[in-house]
Amino acid sequence: MAFGLGLLNGLRYTASRVVKTYIGDFKHLGRRYDDKLFKERQSVRGSGIFTVQYPEERLVPPENFRFIPFLVYEPALDENGQPMMDPATGKPVVGKLRCTACGICAKVCPPQCIWIVRATTPQGKPKPQPAEFYIDIDVCMNCGLCAEFCPFDAIKMDQVYELAGYERHVSHIFDLRALSKPASYHAQIHPTDWAREETERKAKAKK
Amino acid sequence: MAANAPAVTETQMPLNDPQVVAEKIKTQYPDAVEAVSAQGIVLKKDRLLDVARYLHDTLAFDYLNNVTSVDWQDHFEVVYHLTSIDRGGAPITLKVNTARDNPSVPSLVPVYRGADFQEREVYDMMGIRFEGHPNLRRILMWEGFEGYPLRKDYKEPYYEEEKKPFGSRWDQGYHVFAEDRNPWHDNVQYPAHLDALAYKPPRESVPVIEATQAATTRLRTDKIILNFGPQHPSTHGVLRLKVTLEGETVRAVEPVLGYLHRNHEKIGERNTYLGNMPFTDRLDYFTSMANNLAYAITVEKMLGIKPPERAEYIRVIMAELTRWQNHAAALGFLYNDLGAFYTPLIYALEERELILDLFEATAGSRMMCNYMRFGGVARDVTDDFIDKCKYLVNERLPRRTDELEAYMAKNELFLARSKNIGILPRDLAINYSTAGPVLRASGVKYDVRRAEPYSIYDRFEFDIPTGTVGDLYDRFMVRIAEMRQSIKILKQALEQIPPGDIMTGKKNYQVRVPKGEMYGRAENPKGELGFYVVSDGSANPYRYHVRAPSFINLTALNQMCVGHKIADMIVILGSIDIVMGEVDR
Repeated sequence: MAFGLGLLNGLRYTASRVVKTYIGDFKHLGRRYDDKLFKERQSVRGSGIFTVQYPEERLVPPENFRFIPFLVYEPALDENGQPMMDPATGKPVVGKLRCTACGICAKVCPPQCIWIVRATTPQGKPKPQPAEFYIDIDVCMNCGLCAEFCPFDAIKMDQVYELAGYERHVSHIFDLRALSKPASYHAQIHPTDWAREETERKAKAKK
Repeated sequence: MAANAPAVTETQMPLNDPQVVAEKIKTQYPDAVEAVSAQGIVLKKDRLLDVARYLHDTLAFDYLNNVTSVDWQDHFEVVYHLTSIDRGGAPITLKVNTARDNPSVPSLVPVYRGADFQEREVYDMMGIRFEGHPNLRRILMWEGFEGYPLRKDYKEPYYEEEKKPFGSRWDQGYHVFAEDRNPWHDNVQYPAHLDALAYKPPRESVPVIEATQAATTRLRTDKIILNFGPQHPSTHGVLRLKVTLEGETVRAVEPVLGYLHRNHEKIGERNTYLGNMPFTDRLDYFTSMANNLAYAITVEKMLGIKPPERAEYIRVIMAELTRWQNHAAALGFLYNDLGAFYTPLIYALEERELILDLFEATAGSRMMCNYMRFGGVARDVTDDFIDKCKYLVNERLPRRTDELEAYMAKNELFLARSKNIGILPRDLAINYSTAGPVLRASGVKYDVRRAEPYSIYDRFEFDIPTGTVGDLYDRFMVRIAEMRQSIKILKQALEQIPPGDIMTGKKNYQVRVPKGEMYGRAENPKGELGFYVVSDGSANPYRYHVRAPSFINLTALNQMCVGHKIADMIVILGSIDIVMGEVDR
């Protein structure tokens, strides 16, 4: 083989890559932000390199994506049976947390970042709900074991991943307020899991 | 010993049973064996070297898998795992006991060079001296560190309790910062006899050429010592190489490790069995699925459970996808080290991204998968997984494998830089306990998937690619060939995957493992990943040791680099394919 052919061969690959990358852009000129195309060009069937221009554009994380747990609550209902909205936060008012403070998540947590204070009745007897619930999100390793082993579907993994802060002593200790999110949010980010849990719950209620 | 060199019959005998091996040892050294059980052969300390020599020379136990130690509170136990490359099968276990005060054991480095770093690690972590070791110094901790972290009486900074879960978390768990919980408050425990004012840190002696000498011999080159790293971008992480140079030629290399050390094993002993699963992701973070698998099969062997069929297939698919993407990334970085700056690396990472997308959609995370459980997998694959995966495996991965090969294998510059560079001959590759592609490139047909099949690898048809010379080029070609074999396995697995359950029994977070010990191993993309787990019947492992392939492969670095130019050393290091998360643990 003549010396230099291998080099030229390598350059051929680079050149073809340049062409491939722009074919899609020209083919779909002006439709870069089309949802369907966006997904297709990112998938296994896309060709060429398609860069997502974060933070203007974002990838939709898959349903199973997990990042920092949150606590699921049922919203308080008004007289019409509709969830009451808190005008200050725009979120539904907390009706009842699903958490019973059983402590399984705190026990299964590998880096031990979950801290739970169980509520007590005025007589001092333990009540099945948390008085305090902390997650140190700097220690959390996003393993998802707490959500996996919660018997009440009360703790789930979130998908909000932009949590950088300037200090870690106040904003990175999530308490009950920061952790509580409505059941509708869980239904929205985990549609498949939600459907399965609902059918299970209905089957249980029938018995 | 040379008189009765390995006979053909010896290499074919079933020597995986400790009883049989112990009988053989007794015929030669009647007083050497103290006890024999299914857990291994306990040897007398002063006969260890003789027995090791006998096993190596006569019984063809030529491969030292693993050296570790257990602190039994009243004494230390050093544990060796040995296999024969030709015979394959499960390794045999040798044990040596030593007293707790002033513990020492003869070093096996004269017989197995692969013991070098491993014995240093045992010395560093457990404080057991290895008599006759050529270079017995700390390896993961720094010189001057006080204490031996893996001893049971050692308490680390931020120490809370012996075992997780900690009592302070529930049911009165008010959050406390680790700094406030720390018994030494400023995170430092000073030794009792330390005079802080008079203390001077130990210094490494580096010979320096004097100015007068340099002036008189202006044209003479002399040996200089270069500290390479710890943060050179081509050193694959925070690794320092102490290189002795003569001009531009490497005369000796010594890796200085431990910059990423976090004592994975101590954390593992505090953790519950399940709690270790996400920590194994962080060993070799390129191959977390394969790490999960190796740990899961080890504990499953102790529990005596088997995952259902579908879970087995999912595991194999995940492990092989991992192998493909790891090798693709490794080759990409290898090009980078060669000077093909980043362009081929990005090409290599393109399909890897798609594989990571599949991991993310299934397990929830791209790299920290935490996907395997004891007796199955965490969740079933999504509906479109098999379709996507089939498209990848049938269309994209083979094309990319060919491409990765095509633009390098015939490239004149690549051939000039890789042929006959960094040669590791066959017998040395075995003696240095190298594993994975490094071992196979030297012409050793050894793969744990075939030698001691785990999961369902015995059902698939695949070859073990080997090199002939053991140079850089062979290590490159072996990886390409392994990628093709992975695709072959994936095709079979994706055709055969049955429907059904993904878990045996109920998911349990309080796994209790029966008393005993187990050395489980799997063929990771980097080499043989072993887990040595000792259970005392409680919810936390008593001893948890990781046989890290990248760490042990580094033992052979000096051998490969000597005599080559410094630019070649970078490529040789790249060809071992190390990940510091696993090297330093």
